[in-house]
Amino acid sequence: MQIYLPIAEVSVNAFLLLGLGGIVGVLSGMFGVGGGFLMTPLLFFIGIPPAVAVATEANQIVASSFSGVLAHLKRKTVDLRMGVVLLIGGLIGAALGVQLFNALKAIGQVDLLVKLSYVVFLGIIGSLMFVESLRALMKTRGGTVVPTRRKHTWVHNLPFKMKFRTSGLYISVIPPILVGVLVGILAAIMGVGGGFIMVPAMIYLLGMPTKVVVGTSLFQIIFVTAFTTLLHATTNFTVDMGLAVLLLIGGVVGAQIGARIGVKLKAEQLRVLLALMVLVVCGKLALDLLIQPAELYEIGAKGGH
Amino acid sequence: MLRLLALLTLALCAALPARAEKVVAGLSQNRVSITATFVGSEILIFGAVKRDAPPPSDSPLQVIVVVEGPAHPVTVRKKDRRFGIWINTDAIELAAAPSFYAVATSAPLTETLSILDDLKHVISVERSIRISDNPFTNEDPRDFTRALIRIREKSGLYKLMENSVTLQEETLFDTRIALPSNLTEGDYRTRIYLTREGSVASQYETVINVQKVGLERWIFNLAHEQPLVYGILSLVIAIAAGWGASALFRVILRT
Repeated sequence: MQIYLPIAEVSVNAFLLLGLGGIVGVLSGMFGVGGGFLMTPLLFFIGIPPAVAVATEANQIVASSFSGVLAHLKRKTVDLRMGVVLLIGGLIGAALGVQLFNALKAIGQVDLLVKLSYVVFLGIIGSLMFVESLRALMKTRGGTVVPTRRKHTWVHNLPFKMKFRTSGLYISVIPPILVGVLVGILAAIMGVGGGFIMVPAMIYLLGMPTKVVVGTSLFQIIFVTAFTTLLHATTNFTVDMGLAVLLLIGGVVGAQIGARIGVKLKAEQLRVLLALMVLVVCGKLALDLLIQPAELYEIGAKGGH
Repeated sequence: MLRLLALLTLALCAALPARAEKVVAGLSQNRVSITATFVGSEILIFGAVKRDAPPPSDSPLQVIVVVEGPAHPVTVRKKDRRFGIWINTDAIELAAAPSFYAVATSAPLTETLSILDDLKHVISVERSIRISDNPFTNEDPRDFTRALIRIREKSGLYKLMENSVTLQEETLFDTRIALPSNLTEGDYRTRIYLTREGSVASQYETVINVQKVGLERWIFNLAHEQPLVYGILSLVIAIAAGWGASALFRVILRT
């Protein structure tokens, strides 16, 4: 069934969009990522103008992360307090990130810098995580259950300590705020929710349990993407309600399924899968930079309406 | 004196067919409504040649039909290899390029139209792209406009359909132009030219009005006139859908 999208001004297959939304929703519920990094290229591919794709998918992520958070809330796998602390950092970071983005834009070649830092960043995170979780997985397979020892590092010696009961942590608020700021900056520059940078950061830098991380990440993604949606709707008029509704119907259902799959998986398995996904995205970006494109030219709408 | 007479008869001969033949045309529809289930539209363009004298037998009559969508400014970027990776190195801003451009002819375009008349009447797609009023780069814009045409031809927005106008006894003609589903709103200028020996003998112009209607119209207007309300409404829908799916799953899993 073909549907004409009012803002994107293209006609697309409704079932294709429902399916795309569903797949990305499952990933979102499972790993606590928004899925924007996956959805954007897919929407480009089916012919949605880039500006509309980026803005509308932010709206869809609000829906699927809200759906996912509700599923996680029921299982008590959302650390609301940690989520709020991360969000405060995230908003500061986003504000800084926009300034930085504009400064880089004035110099030129911001696009390249973003892509390169993306590849390097994801490559390092992905491979470290992959090796670590694979090793953990091997150990549990071997039968020797490793007791999870709390390592005391410099992180635990900072002031302003706070109790995060759901995560079972008693740490200073400085590291989570810093993580939030960092992710906020990256999110603003790269134009993504930042979930798949946030999730590894929470696991490895803050030492949060993997189960809690997914729900908490989704919690803060809701606010970041809701803000982005409003910004796009009021400044660029590029949020397509028709497209968003089709994507989010699939997305919210997918997120529910994903959250349930995620709970059934072991923490190590979840981390291996997430690491693989990060590596695949990294590989795809690297290939885009290295392989000669079939069409050297591309059309970018200027102004549009 | 003799030369003057020859010139005069030549001028008369050239001018005569232009005055003698006139195109009369009609469209199957002047208005295209874009609804939520719009999948494109086909427009039948037909007409006849009105003349006071029998047609000149020396050169065949040809017909060109042009349908042109509203023009917008466009940026074309070019990738190049630097330090082993492919990055955007050049970009050109074109002042205006039509969002849709279809040319249908009764014979190959090069035979139906001279370069001079193409320039004068802006018929081929290359002529329809306005590059700039004051070019600021020393880059050759022709590579960029060619790329633009190539990309849009691939997506079906620009098309040249040679030999697709059927002409009967140099009098009746008709052609069909398919408007794709990814259509932009606006007035689609439709032109019909009669040519003889590559020069335009008569022309006719009309407009096809393409407009969103119903829900499409309402959403588009809301997005542009009340952006904040629109943004909040989008978020409310998102939150409601997220909550709805969660509630639905609770019910399903309980039973």
